[in-house]
Amino acid sequence: MIRFEQVSVTYGDAGTPAVQGIDLTVPEGELCLLVGPSGVGKSTVLNAVSGLVPHFTGGTLHGRVTVDGRDTRTHQPRELADVVGTVGQDPLSHFVTDTVEDELAYGMESLGLAPDVMRRRVEETLDLLGLADLRDRALATLSGGQQQRVAIGSVLTTHPKVLVLDEPTSALDPAAAEEVLAVLQRLVHDLGTTVLLAEHRLERVVQYADQVILLPAPGAAPVIGEPAEIMAVSPVHPPVVALGRAAGWSPLPLTVRDARRKAGALRERLAGQTPASPGAAAGARTGSEDAAAPVAEAAGLSVRRGRIDALHRVDLAVRPGETVALMGRNGAGKSTLLNTLVGMHEPAAGSVRVGGAVPHRTGPRDLLRRVGLVPQEPRDLLYADTVAAECAAADADAGATAGSCRALVTRLLPDVPDDTHPRDLSEGQRLALALAVILTARPPLLLLDEPTRGLDYAAKARLVTVLRDLAAEGHAIVLATHDVELAAELAHRVVILADGEVVADGPTAEVVVSSPSFAPQVSKVLAPLPWLTVPQVTHALAELERTA
Amino acid sequence: MTAPGRLRAPLATRGRTLHAGAWWLWALGLATAASRTTDPLLLGLLIGVAGYVVAARRTDAPWARSYGAFVKLGLVVLAIRLVFAFVLGSPVPGTHTLVTLPELPLPDWARGVRIGGRVTAEGMVFALYDGLKLATLLICVGAANALANPARLLKSLPGALYEAGVAVVVAMTFAPNLVADVQRLRAARRLRGRPDRGFKALLQVGLPVLEGALERSVALAAAMDARGYGRTAQVPRAVRHTTTALTLGGLLGICAGTYGLLAAQGAGYGLPVLAAGLAAALAGLWLGGRRSVRTRYRPDPWGLRAWLVAGSGVAVAALMIWANAYAPAALHPPAVPLTAPELPLWPALSVLVGLVPAVAAPVPAGAPGPPADRRTAGTAHPRNPKDLKETTT
Repeated sequence: MIRFEQVSVTYGDAGTPAVQGIDLTVPEGELCLLVGPSGVGKSTVLNAVSGLVPHFTGGTLHGRVTVDGRDTRTHQPRELADVVGTVGQDPLSHFVTDTVEDELAYGMESLGLAPDVMRRRVEETLDLLGLADLRDRALATLSGGQQQRVAIGSVLTTHPKVLVLDEPTSALDPAAAEEVLAVLQRLVHDLGTTVLLAEHRLERVVQYADQVILLPAPGAAPVIGEPAEIMAVSPVHPPVVALGRAAGWSPLPLTVRDARRKAGALRERLAGQTPASPGAAAGARTGSEDAAAPVAEAAGLSVRRGRIDALHRVDLAVRPGETVALMGRNGAGKSTLLNTLVGMHEPAAGSVRVGGAVPHRTGPRDLLRRVGLVPQEPRDLLYADTVAAECAAADADAGATAGSCRALVTRLLPDVPDDTHPRDLSEGQRLALALAVILTARPPLLLLDEPTRGLDYAAKARLVTVLRDLAAEGHAIVLATHDVELAAELAHRVVILADGEVVADGPTAEVVVSSPSFAPQVSKVLAPLPWLTVPQVTHALAELERTA
Repeated sequence: MTAPGRLRAPLATRGRTLHAGAWWLWALGLATAASRTTDPLLLGLLIGVAGYVVAARRTDAPWARSYGAFVKLGLVVLAIRLVFAFVLGSPVPGTHTLVTLPELPLPDWARGVRIGGRVTAEGMVFALYDGLKLATLLICVGAANALANPARLLKSLPGALYEAGVAVVVAMTFAPNLVADVQRLRAARRLRGRPDRGFKALLQVGLPVLEGALERSVALAAAMDARGYGRTAQVPRAVRHTTTALTLGGLLGICAGTYGLLAAQGAGYGLPVLAAGLAAALAGLWLGGRRSVRTRYRPDPWGLRAWLVAGSGVAVAALMIWANAYAPAALHPPAVPLTAPELPLWPALSVLVGLVPAVAAPVPAGAPGPPADRRTAGTAHPRNPKDLKETTT
């Protein structure tokens, strides 16, 4: 259905091609997963299928890409619109109209389908994706998972043979991601649609794939094969695969279910061991728990946004050296809570104190030394046009000695030259720069909103190391995240919010293990044993080896 | 179902919303009526009619909030008109002097302009009537804006204008996004320890906001292209050339005809040339539409209720024009000599015809309707807290 023949793409004045030597075939009706570290050209490959590369983005494409027999060299993206449906990372930037029903019909209107056909297909798609109750809703009022489903629906109505998706679940909470993946499953099974999809969070998708295309490094030729054999060599892999590699299982399990069936022996070996407490490798909370005064405290906190209580009677205390993960579905109030801690929202009831000050009555300059927030979009924090200028501005803002921000940047990002524009950094690099800017003022409380969105496993591992070191130095960290694996690796405590209320608050192992949607893969495999992460298991296995 | 139940306005679901054009015709009818009178009581009645219908039938949509903005704009216009009359004087002669401002001596070439001087009650009353008329016009336009979905109105454009229409729709959806961006970036300044209020803060986020908007437009353009925007049908060369000729010729004809109508000596040929130009331009648009392969998904139907709404507006305008010919004095209370304005009975009754949409138009789901309709809206759209939460998640 999709054929790449010796394809290489070079953008504008770049010296080296973004991708080269791509030779692959995706047969009809397959769900094909494209994996690789950030910056290897996954998006380029996806956009080449829809013809946006090179017609829209510019650049030179050598070789040949054909979709359903149509050559993208001679067909503009709009002439491929009836065969290829493309959904990008951010559904909001994909929407042309303002209500669900109009959005579903838009593609068909462009193709000039007859009104009765359009009507029938819209109704079918509403049912297929479970959107019937939302048909008259404005797109801006939908949740992330709903928006992603509408975006998929809006390309499905034209009955494309190929569906191309770029990170469809990266912004979604675990439940919404499952919702979207279930829809993709159904399309492949029931309608025979060919799906090509790129995703960083492999733990969510790899078990659904028929074929995996691995782009191992920039400019390297792709490796194509069965999911299990590719995962055995892939630099990016989900925790269940890492666990399988550590335990030496063959063939590698891709699903929690397969892994559980093989894990009997491992469970027996680990039975007598106790896991190192998650994230507390540095042992930050050694007995000082009661002695240290909390750096942030909310008591009976309610925040109203419009007519809705975004937060309702929330109690939370964060102590120095503690890492707290805030979890809960999209719109549960996680970001509102973080924003309230930096004084962007005024509480409607209750009190909030950060480092002894009331945040919304404290001036920005003063607040900077008490609390720092890295927002969901780290780019919002960056104004200057070079990394060096950004660092100088951060030093000036924080009143720190010149060069202290740059020193932090060097620690977090060893190889970023001074004159790079922040926009040209990768997602992970930008996050590190924003983190360095915030840390320049050395706030005792650090807040992170969805820090792993768009990060690959390597960038995530670096972030985990950095945050652990900070916690060991005595910083209190609160992170709002959908990433259960991250929470399991970092957090001492997990707080789950639902509809603006705290529904669970306790040590990570207790809270996370008891919930099917928030449990990390390792804990699902090794339940009822209290193991959460692969490093814990490998550490324990190494200890066993040594004693034996 | 009982007969009164059947007569009651239905809920405005997708298939039953009123055609956006009907709302505009109704509002333009009221505006025409307003332009034909200076009686403050009649104008007040017109404002009341427009306001009542908006209150009864507007939705929760973002554009529905524009009504308040238009009312404020109307008040500003009225205030400006009064200030000008106060400071610059008024051509209306008057005997009741309110105050005498010191007059600014002006050079010879500025004769006829006066700054300061005598302020008469008659002049102020005249300015008030005049300003009120402008304000009423604005409020009528605001009512149409609040009641009609602009995107749906653009859907009724002829195919050849579709692409221009999309540009307008996209621009309209971008405005709220831009405001959200500004708010987010200003908040982010606080995180950097910089003041987040004040003009300077607004200025400094300008560049990032524009950058963001540009990036979003590029992403949207890519998405639209990939979804088939701009696909065209093959049309024969002859048709293409005819289209161009008709459109250009038609526009020229319209210009020439308008000039003929306005100029003193061309009144004879003005009207026919204008009509011919208009016809040619419309034919050009129709032919041009053949290049577009687009079809329309569920266009708003023009049904009985649309006729009623549009008809009520047209009726108000027609009755007022007729009353103007019949009894002009009643519609234009004189400022000199000062008299208390009266409410002429028949014109007032004809203005009330404009209330028909408050009963005839479909009730938007969950709208703040008048007491009689609230029951219907309420049962169809239970307003419990859970519902509200869902709408924001």
